[in-house]
Amino acid sequence: MIKITASGRPNELLRKAAALSGQDLFACYQCGTCSAGCPMVAEMDLLPDQLIRHVLFGMSDALESTAIWVCASCYLCDERCPRGIDVSKIMEALRQIWLRQNEDYVHVAQLPKETLAELPPIALVANFRKNTG
Amino acid sequence: MHIDYYPGCTIKASAGQYETSVRAVLATLGIQMKEMEQWNCCGVVHSLASDNLIRHIAPIRVFARLQEQGGSEMLTLCDMCYNTLSQANHLVRQNARQRESINDFIEAEEDYDGEIHVLHLLQILRDRVGYQTIKKHVRRALQGLTVFPYYGCKLLRPGGMGIDDPEAPRVLRDLMHTLGAAVADDPLQTQCCGSYHIVNHDEIVSRRVGKIAARALERGADVIVLSCPLCHFNLDTRQALVDSPLPVLYFTQLMGVAFGLDLDVLGLNQHHIDPLMLLQQRGFVQEEEALV
Repeated sequence: MIKITASGRPNELLRKAAALSGQDLFACYQCGTCSAGCPMVAEMDLLPDQLIRHVLFGMSDALESTAIWVCASCYLCDERCPRGIDVSKIMEALRQIWLRQNEDYVHVAQLPKETLAELPPIALVANFRKNTG
Repeated sequence: MHIDYYPGCTIKASAGQYETSVRAVLATLGIQMKEMEQWNCCGVVHSLASDNLIRHIAPIRVFARLQEQGGSEMLTLCDMCYNTLSQANHLVRQNARQRESINDFIEAEEDYDGEIHVLHLLQILRDRVGYQTIKKHVRRALQGLTVFPYYGCKLLRPGGMGIDDPEAPRVLRDLMHTLGAAVADDPLQTQCCGSYHIVNHDEIVSRRVGKIAARALERGADVIVLSCPLCHFNLDTRQALVDSPLPVLYFTQLMGVAFGLDLDVLGLNQHHIDPLMLLQQRGFVQEEEALV
């Protein structure tokens, strides 16, 4: 159920996402250009434009979505947004809000040793920087 | 001439063939790379959160160290290093408050205020050396070879920070034409390969790589060229879904072949998908050379 408050104050999720991303989410007019171009949408449960809408409504499923972790910050959406919104920064903000609840999304100690040995350092460092707090 | 060189971790760990081929190609063009005396990991990804300053300290420390060593320009080969260093440099130049805050916490080095220019190798080749000069060094034109340039993300975006048009780049195409090769183009050239998902979701990478390689094949490509060591790892090791996997080379390896350089410095035997058979069949590499 969507609960929309009429207090005029932004919801907590929106307030934090806007602060951490530095983006005005209200600028989004839901054209869907970000999702149309995103190379990762096939892997996402909520599409980038839907995520923004859900955050505007303060819906907590935005934080539970796999989409925020699937985004690898390729900046294609930022390049194309007709409203000048850096969607990749909103994705990062949502990951950070999740990680700052003192939980990691990837548990380094549980990764198989062979994986760690095989992979280039840039893959590991990038992954841990995006998925751990 | 010489240029100060920041290698980054992966060049030294799993992309040795990129570095040795770059050294050989640049030596042919009369450019020496001078590796920084001391350097650290750049951090790989630029933090996009407004308050995460600690994540910018690694790249800025690299700049501060080069500044102490008297350098003014920094060459990088890795797309991810290039991107992280460029974005950190931009932040330091644009945001005085954050710059002061960061400088406060890197006490071991001098303050850094954004004076160093970071350059990707492709910029040096395109803008300093020039295609005409490169062409003069071609001994075996790559005639009959169709190349699929793959740019990925970090070389091109965010727009303004990248080295070429963020969606319609041409630097690799022009370079490959200079070597005498034909080029197959496609919009998937600038789309993400799956990146660091290789660590915990390699099925995503396999699907992305499968799509990109299948398209390259469809366009008639014989080989994929690129400059990013992470894209290279993903494309070279995750083409299982593709019927006939395409060899994936660093662009400098093909430059080396075209320049007629010794194969042992080009590292053509350090790939999961063997490129030597193809290069031999097309007559760019002799059998006895390939055995070395």
